Amino acid sequence: MLIYVARRLALALITCAAISVLTFVIIRLPPGDFVDAYIANLAVGGSSVSADQAEAMRHEYGLDRPVPVQYALWIVRVVQGDFGVSMVWKRPVTEVIGDRLWLTMAVSIAALFLTWTIALPIGIYSAARQYSIGDYIATTLGFIGLAVPNFLLALILMYLGFRYLGLSVGGLFSPDLAQAPWSWAKAWDLMVHLPLPACVLALAGTAQLVRIMRANLLDELRKPYVMTARAKGIGEIRVLVKYPVRAALNPFVSSSAYLFPYLVSGSIVVSLVLGLPTVGPLLLQALVAQDMFLAGTIVLLLGILTVLGTLISDLLLMWVEPRIRLQGRA
Amino acid sequence: MSVTATTTSEERFAQATQLQLTWWRFCRHRLALISLGVVAFFYLIVIFADFLAIADPHATDARRSFIPPQGISLFDDGAWRPHVSGLKGVRDPKTFKLAYAPDPTRKVPVQMFVHGYAYNLFGLIPTDLHLFGTEKGQAIDGIFLMGTDQLGRDLFSRLVVATRISLSIGLAGVAFSLMLGILLGGISGLYGGVVDTVIQRLIEVVRSIPTIPLWMGLAAALPNTWSVTQVYFAITLIISLVSWTELARVVRGRFLALREEDFVIAAELAGASQLRIILRHMLPSFASHVIAAVSLALPVMIVSETSLSFLGLGLRPPAISWGILLQDAQNVQVLAGAPWLLCAAIPVIIVILAFNFLGDGLRDAADPYG
Repeated sequence: MLIYVARRLALALITCAAISVLTFVIIRLPPGDFVDAYIANLAVGGSSVSADQAEAMRHEYGLDRPVPVQYALWIVRVVQGDFGVSMVWKRPVTEVIGDRLWLTMAVSIAALFLTWTIALPIGIYSAARQYSIGDYIATTLGFIGLAVPNFLLALILMYLGFRYLGLSVGGLFSPDLAQAPWSWAKAWDLMVHLPLPACVLALAGTAQLVRIMRANLLDELRKPYVMTARAKGIGEIRVLVKYPVRAALNPFVSSSAYLFPYLVSGSIVVSLVLGLPTVGPLLLQALVAQDMFLAGTIVLLLGILTVLGTLISDLLLMWVEPRIRLQGRA
Repeated sequence: MSVTATTTSEERFAQATQLQLTWWRFCRHRLALISLGVVAFFYLIVIFADFLAIADPHATDARRSFIPPQGISLFDDGAWRPHVSGLKGVRDPKTFKLAYAPDPTRKVPVQMFVHGYAYNLFGLIPTDLHLFGTEKGQAIDGIFLMGTDQLGRDLFSRLVVATRISLSIGLAGVAFSLMLGILLGGISGLYGGVVDTVIQRLIEVVRSIPTIPLWMGLAAALPNTWSVTQVYFAITLIISLVSWTELARVVRGRFLALREEDFVIAAELAGASQLRIILRHMLPSFASHVIAAVSLALPVMIVSETSLSFLGLGLRPPAISWGILLQDAQNVQVLAGAPWLLCAAIPVIIVILAFNFLGDGLRDAADPYG
């Protein structure tokens, strides 16, 4: 088990390193360097920077050194918590991002729990009552969930809400609380607004997991040991839950590991449609304005938090699934 | 009588090639078969997009802004005379907004094979023939099956032409990721050991990165000066850089399973070269799995492109794709006035559904023990 945890940790570290390199590439991709963009930005405001000053800035940021050294300098700053200055907002990047990162995670985590809690019982029901009306409904909903990209679903829901209920379904807070500092009232307000975006996000993942759970459980239910258990007179629910469900959980668990990155990804687009105050809209603005430090930081932090989330969900699932715990020993 | 019937069908079964067996199994999947038809239909639209379009998808006309969808009436006074009713602009006395209402006094006949805007059929033959349309008349005398957008462009024509980019980018993207997937998955499965471990970890790393922020970052870094074609290929490349992992996983799994098979060992003992074993003996037995994986990867590609273009980071106008059409529908205020803009969502949903069913059917058919 320790080996398993160690392997997971090592992998998470490698992934974080890979994400940091990719982020660095993204920051550096646009033509010209950060100082060029900064000067151009100042020029718009009417002030100018002399060539000496520009050279000094380049030196300060290490832009006159080879690329690997630049990466090293950048990563050292990042580790110390200095993510640079947003060019559009003219404030430190961390200040601009503020709560948004945590709200993104809140939406994604809510969607993750929703996916698990919906998919598991529906999957079990669909398999136990194969070809029943409930199974058909679940299957149909599953296919719709699979086929409708979540931003489209958000768009359609928002239109229907606007058209027939006359309300705006977007946002994570009521208008009067949006700018208020954190309080219990605001936290409760968030809890009330969270289910809709979480549902929109969770639908596709739920559809996939229901299909996986149903298929695996059906395979298990045909095995002789289930018949033996029935023959011994064990109650139907106990027969189902005690062994076949646990055995069928394995593929369910392994596909869940990739669910979290997928949800975080989806939350970006859904946030844009529903106007959620997550990092999604900020990232788009930053990218359109070529504010690369802000954009890079968002990609980096989002990536690292996703890796952490995946790690935690892996460890949680290890607790559920004994076979993973034993894997390291073989 | 029945005995001979069974024997002949059994004989047929015994003599059938692997491909035939797969095809028979596939035909048992009603839904997959229908989906195959749907997919084929959409690719036919791709080929004949300009021929099917009614109006020039790029032509703007302020006098046709936000015309609601119209139906075609087939009969007029009991006689076969397909027509659409003419339109007249009516100003709302309160909001001063221009709205269009059918004008029952005028009927615009619909004709087959009319001459419209010029285009190149298959990109080669210059022509201006279109399947159906109206004779040139007033600006608002057209057929607007799905209405028009703010700039007065016919949504149906745009949707038809958008199919070309949206569906072809999927194919191009899958081709790229298939190359990557077969190469890396093949190496991984064939050599095993350290190489395998490294590639497997690489796949895990790629899969645990949230894709959309990454795509957004890469796509936004494309220079503004690039032409539509350059952006198209760059976007394809970006999308496939992340989606090759699933294909690599399938290829590796197959290689690992086949490596131990008796017929592969027999071929090795007979002195066949490695390349010959792979191409002649292993490839035929996992090609169907790869095809199934490809048809499941295609919808992912299509959704990715649609999402990116929807965000305004993918293809840029004047290119037309489903995502770009949906971009117009992003705003609730606009949607409330012109709900028909959501029409662009319909083909997206149908195509994704069809590819998913098709992929499922192919995967089941490819499995000889299924």
